[in-house]
Amino acid sequence: MDFQLSDDQRALRAGVRELLAGRFGRDRMRADLDAGAGLDRTLWRELARAGFFALRLPEAEGGVGLGLPEAVLLFEEAGAALLPGPLVATQLAAGAVKGAAEGEAVVTAWEPGRPVAHLDGADALLVPGSEGAAVLRDAGRARESAVPVRSLDPFTPLWRVTNPPEVGEQVSDGGRLRTEGALLTAAEQLGSAARTTDMAVQHAGAREQFGSPIGSFQAVKHLCAEMLVRAELARSAVYAAAVTADPVEIAGAKLLADEAAVRNARDCLQVHGGMGFTWESDVHLHLKRAWLRAGWWMTAEAAEEVLATDLC
Amino acid sequence: MDLSYTPQEEEFRARLRAWLAAVLPSLAARPHPDDWPGRRAYDTAWQRMLYDAGYAGLHWPVDAGGRGATPAQHLIFLEETERAGAPYVGANFVGLLHAGPTIAAEGTAEQRARWLPPVLRGDEIWCQGFSEPDAGSDLAALRTRAVRDGDHYVVSGSKIWTSHAEVADWCELLVRTDPAAPRHRGISWLAMEMDTPGVTVRPLRTLAGSTEFAEMFLDEVRVPVANRVGAENDGWRVTMVTLSFERGTAFVGEVVACRRTLDALAAEARADGRWDDPVLRRRLGRLNAEFRALWRLTQWNVGEAGRGGVVGTGGSVFKLRYSQARQELYEAAAEVLGADSADLDREWVLDRLSSLSYTIAAGTSQIQRNIVAERLLGLPKGR
Ligand SMILES: Cc1cc2nc3c(=O)[nH]c(=O)nc-3n(C[C@H](O)[C@H](O)[C@H](O)COP(=O)(O)OP(=O)(O)OC[C@H]3O[C@@H](n4cnc5c(N)ncnc54)[C@H](O)[C@@H]3O)c2cc1C
Repeated sequence: MDFQLSDDQRALRAGVRELLAGRFGRDRMRADLDAGAGLDRTLWRELARAGFFALRLPEAEGGVGLGLPEAVLLFEEAGAALLPGPLVATQLAAGAVKGAAEGEAVVTAWEPGRPVAHLDGADALLVPGSEGAAVLRDAGRARESAVPVRSLDPFTPLWRVTNPPEVGEQVSDGGRLRTEGALLTAAEQLGSAARTTDMAVQHAGAREQFGSPIGSFQAVKHLCAEMLVRAELARSAVYAAAVTADPVEIAGAKLLADEAAVRNARDCLQVHGGMGFTWESDVHLHLKRAWLRAGWWMTAEAAEEVLATDLC
Repeated sequence: MDLSYTPQEEEFRARLRAWLAAVLPSLAARPHPDDWPGRRAYDTAWQRMLYDAGYAGLHWPVDAGGRGATPAQHLIFLEETERAGAPYVGANFVGLLHAGPTIAAEGTAEQRARWLPPVLRGDEIWCQGFSEPDAGSDLAALRTRAVRDGDHYVVSGSKIWTSHAEVADWCELLVRTDPAAPRHRGISWLAMEMDTPGVTVRPLRTLAGSTEFAEMFLDEVRVPVANRVGAENDGWRVTMVTLSFERGTAFVGEVVACRRTLDALAAEARADGRWDDPVLRRRLGRLNAEFRALWRLTQWNVGEAGRGGVVGTGGSVFKLRYSQARQELYEAAAEVLGADSADLDREWVLDRLSSLSYTIAAGTSQIQRNIVAERLLGLPKGR
């Protein structure tokens, strides 16, 4: 029992961090935001070449042969960088949808009752059932009955699909897909929660009022301390759930990571004062994405029910 | 990220489980909270049983009489004893969880030989004389004075909130040995025998009605210089060692106990129909996530600290969330109890009261937040 990252895992994380900093650093992210750019297929393919989607496919099938713990580290970095796109659904579909592993096919998820993200840029739809098999549908057919939603998150275009097309190809084990989707989304939330903590601490150390850095004021200090506590608790939960793949533990990880991402973004906004309320600051982008992710794959309500059922 | 245990560790778990299953059924219930002599006898007898079975001081270093167990074995021990409903450390808390480890880390060979075996055997119990009426959160403001007289210190002053003082044999005592030095530089860490002339203990009643802590008056108490742990005036550094043990792993076993309580609450709610209330059910579900994650955070902290189980400032992160979660647990318990939440004979009612101390004792939440912000996040020191 040594619940720490291995050297290989550290190297993997550092590699993705570097890749994202180079290809989707802050300047690029803000430029895409201003341009209202859609999904960047070139970047998508680069991610694929780095193993992002094929990570958990067996080597015999052209994958990297790694597991959920490594996947969680990648998605944590993606969450920290605000990397847009249906990353989770595409990784889940790698191996099942032709071209997903290679970054040629973009796969998004359709959760009944929720708007579909990135439908315009997607090739296929993954429909995770609560127990039964997931179903793959042609995204083009789904678009025929889709109405665009003015999305809260400028990086996540949303579509309301009123009349989903008939069942496509079946993928086995929809229940597993659902929990893994929740876990990978929790990892993105964790990355965002840790990033907004860093942003708040950085600002609190630099911004001066009353002749001192605002970070020397206890009211601000305590906000930041609670942010770290939330992020670290979520980290323990997410990493452990990745190791055990236990559905109850995954529900706990999603619940705590959602809470950490949303509340940390709000506290980060508060620490930034008026600056935090501007479009210019990245804080709102984290908050908006965190709100969306909290509704994806497993809501707080669903997670709490899973966790309650586990008792006694 | 490895959460699996080695075959040796699993074998250790199996042996411990078998031993617990054999000894626990014949154990009496722990005496009432007001019966401190009874509790002392009970807690030290349990410690003696652990000692005889080879489970005392598992995570202490071997040359301090411990077993030099791996952090994983220590965690297994905490997990299994709590899961089996074994007695808690109780009156042995200070000796086993922070005074003892401090002496093991900072004491001389003679000091270790004198003080550590009796702690492990359950022969002697310790209390903690740090806080004073005017020095709580601001511990370095302490005023109790120790003046050198030959090979003794003559100690005068007073201490407060001293848990288990009534039944303790020894006290880890912080005194000011150099009143002229800057506050943090004139402090020393002494081991004081509680029956030395000049020591008066006056029990204080807690809001739970019990007398688990006390005021201590020290009137020219003679403490041998040989009882000082660490150099003279270097007591602040030694104290930081003590506090890192206290905040690091001292509460870890309780997390498992909280999960058992949560199961019991769910069972009670199911039995009386309250489980149909989705708000209550989801509240208990959320607490399940909290305590599971706190256990994982412990594993993470211990892994990071490596051998020895000293967690350092990561312990403050744990303590902040744990003390909060524990209070929420007993608020949920009150809801499950309904009208019975006014009945002091229900164990959960007393636990609800005692949970109120968790955000105060061992450093308040405000102080922990300062520590996290300044030492972990590197924010500037303030006033
Ligand atoms: C059940 C229990 C058992 C205890 N057992 C022991 C024991 O065995 N031995 C021992 O030595 N001590 C013991 N203590 C004492 C405990 O360590 C102190 O109560 C604690 O450190 C707080 O000190 P205080 O009570 O003087 O409160 P104060 O320091 O007066 O604090 C009062 C309030 O002010 C806040 N505050 C103080 N300073 C600051 C600051 N700088 N910034 C922000 N807020 C601040 C605190 O957070 C708190 O909310 C025990 C306490 C309890 C409740």
